[in-house]
Amino acid sequence: MEIYVDTVDYVTVASIVGELDGQTAPIAQDQILDLIGPEARILLDMTGLQFMSSAGARTLLLIYRHIQANNGGVILAGLIPEIADMLSATGFLDYFEVVETVDDGLALFGV
Amino acid sequence: MSVAERIDIYPTHEYEGFKLRPGRPLPFGASVVPGGVNFSIFSSHATVCTLVLFEKGAPAPLAEIPFPDEFRIGNVFSMIVFGLDYENTEYGFRMDGPFAPEQGHRFDKTKILMDPYAKAIGGRDVWGDTPDWNRVYPHRATLVYDDFDWQADRQLETPIEDLVIYEMHVRSFTQHPSSGVRNPGTFAGLREKIPYLKDLGINCVELMPVYEFDEFENSRPNPATGEMLMNYWGYSTVGFFAPKSGFAATGRLGMQVDEFKTLVKDLHRNGIEVILDVVFNHTAEGNENGPTISFRGLDNKTYYMLTPEGYYFNFSGTGNTLNCNHPVVRNMVLDCLRYWAAEYHIDGFRFDLAAILGRDQNGAPLTNPPLLEALAHDPILAKCKLIAEAWDAGGLYQVGSFPAYGRWAEWNGKYRDAIRRFIKGDEGLVGEVGQRLQGSPDLYAFRGPTASINFITCHDGFTLNDLVSYNDKHNEANGEDNRDGANDNNSWNCGWEGPTDDPGINALRTRQMKNAAAMLMVSQGVPMILMGDEVARTQLGNNNAYCHDNELNWFDWILLEKNADLLRFFKNMIGFRHAHPALRNRWHFSNRDYVGSGYADITWHGVAAWNVDWSDGSRVLAFMLCGKHAKNGTARDNYIYVALNMFWDALPFELPRLPLGMRWNMSVNTSMPSPEDIHEPGHEAPLNDQNHVLVGGRSVVILVGK
Repeated sequence: MEIYVDTVDYVTVASIVGELDGQTAPIAQDQILDLIGPEARILLDMTGLQFMSSAGARTLLLIYRHIQANNGGVILAGLIPEIADMLSATGFLDYFEVVETVDDGLALFGV
Repeated sequence: MSVAERIDIYPTHEYEGFKLRPGRPLPFGASVVPGGVNFSIFSSHATVCTLVLFEKGAPAPLAEIPFPDEFRIGNVFSMIVFGLDYENTEYGFRMDGPFAPEQGHRFDKTKILMDPYAKAIGGRDVWGDTPDWNRVYPHRATLVYDDFDWQADRQLETPIEDLVIYEMHVRSFTQHPSSGVRNPGTFAGLREKIPYLKDLGINCVELMPVYEFDEFENSRPNPATGEMLMNYWGYSTVGFFAPKSGFAATGRLGMQVDEFKTLVKDLHRNGIEVILDVVFNHTAEGNENGPTISFRGLDNKTYYMLTPEGYYFNFSGTGNTLNCNHPVVRNMVLDCLRYWAAEYHIDGFRFDLAAILGRDQNGAPLTNPPLLEALAHDPILAKCKLIAEAWDAGGLYQVGSFPAYGRWAEWNGKYRDAIRRFIKGDEGLVGEVGQRLQGSPDLYAFRGPTASINFITCHDGFTLNDLVSYNDKHNEANGEDNRDGANDNNSWNCGWEGPTDDPGINALRTRQMKNAAAMLMVSQGVPMILMGDEVARTQLGNNNAYCHDNELNWFDWILLEKNADLLRFFKNMIGFRHAHPALRNRWHFSNRDYVGSGYADITWHGVAAWNVDWSDGSRVLAFMLCGKHAKNGTARDNYIYVALNMFWDALPFELPRLPLGMRWNMSVNTSMPSPEDIHEPGHEAPLNDQNHVLVGGRSVVILVGK
């Protein structure tokens, strides 16, 4: 799992590539939580994410809670159908704005 | 003073590289704690206990860690293991102890035993995937985080008299290709269909078993067709604390807990309660020839009712009987239900063969069964509905006499039998039907009508369509030469056995189904509908379809269009019940006027108003509810008049006179074709003749006075 961070205007785009599971989720969590300041706008680009386990889904919700506590916003972009389906069935998707591409996400953030 | 870090997050022991610490005996099972996992397991007769760890799916154990002597307190072995990857760990136990069946002991240290408190269980992750039969540990306890985000949800606490229960099977509801859901046969699939349930108007689903079970238990090919027969319904529990993994689209990821909780949360958001059908009377281990999964190897003598010779009592008809009134087992049942109520927000429980829960350790019925009393008075279960199937396979029939402690309701088998016979036209039932329609005060004089779960059909027996289409059961597909299943169905095929093109017979069948729905919805007590009856689901005359993973059980969504007329009737009939509080009293009628309306709360009529023919030859009954006595005089409603004519010819019924200024309006007339059979609540048709109404043969008429 790798995370690539980019900044577009006031939006932080974090691209998570690889697999988010019990081993990698804590690492991703640490890295992404570091990006969250007051009123952070975080776009999580999942286009390159191939697998997500229960631990990965929990990390997502934790990130959401942190951003919410900072009065920020979060959008998920580019989920592959398998992961979207899992997140939907288990209720985790209900917390997020979901878009197809990073550009859609930026547009939704008004950039 | 504040402590920066607890010192118990550090290990004190080590075994082959695993860092350990003495565990906490409570809670039983595996709990994720800071830095590790606390394992706790009880056995009163084991001499040695070993924790067996697997990497997820691995054929052989990753490690076997014996509990050091000092880790046992009383009869409980407990240990914290640090540094486990909770997603990829499966665990079990080995127990050594005496093998002496005549003394009740069946320890076998070659077996790896599943934790009875396992909160999730792997091994049957995807429904119907053929298992590897050589696995040393087929049903594997796994670890879960109890961290679900319920937001504002909790149990709905709908007054029980306001419920309309829908009994359903998770897989059957959406497994049919016509369901069109993304994940057929799963909790997620059911969630996609919540709009249908809401539109139908039910406000409670009663789920047939969702505890982990083995669909391959006793599986065998049908000798005639070669089709695999399974433990499809699931009335045979492997783990009481774990949701069925194969019912979750995400079972292969071990996320069945999240998926099921999400379903409950979403049902609640739509005003629908969730009752679980729970099977505490026996386990999936069968008799002495069955598999050793858990209880048998942990503490056989504690968990099972045994004969003096050490064989299994069989009050459940399935090989063994859980020893429910042993104090340890009683606590396990209590822990289990508390867990489902607190952790899953489950609204109530229906107890399969509940009469067994009132037997002592030798099988004798108790007058004051401690388990039933404990459940009734438990603080966490205080708002949960408790519903008993008040009989067992050992001949104990307790409908009307189940020990209730002011809490327990019952599946009213006598309601089912009387209404079925009345609908098919049997004589001599008017008196009994009068009792059943008012919540069976003859059975529940002091418990009130809410003790009565009224039903005409349930998963056991014919569907409603088959009740009016078959005189006899047709269970050949079960592979037992039609010997299984009940013979006393009180059914009538309306003139032809099975499907027919005869329009007269089909019209009569539809009318009979509507008669049933109408009677159920105007009865005091709590109505329960069987999944699919609203669209005439058929099991082709099979009255015991427990073993079929096919169209015999699956809900065919094409029927929504095909039988739209019946569906519309059900919908409006359910709506009628919700619209009229007079149908939903907490306490029995008093047969007098206690609000000064000039009318008693309920009055009885026949073809002549105020005059019932209670004689044996009568098939006719009518009653009127005074709207000023609704909800025992605390609510206002219309006056409601119900005429039941189960005689084969039409009869004119003289109507009771309403208070000055009110008039009778036609709400329901099952002898009329759709849409004249039922008017939406609030849109009833005014009656020209206020003195008489003609009620067709085998028909129900309902009038609203306003």
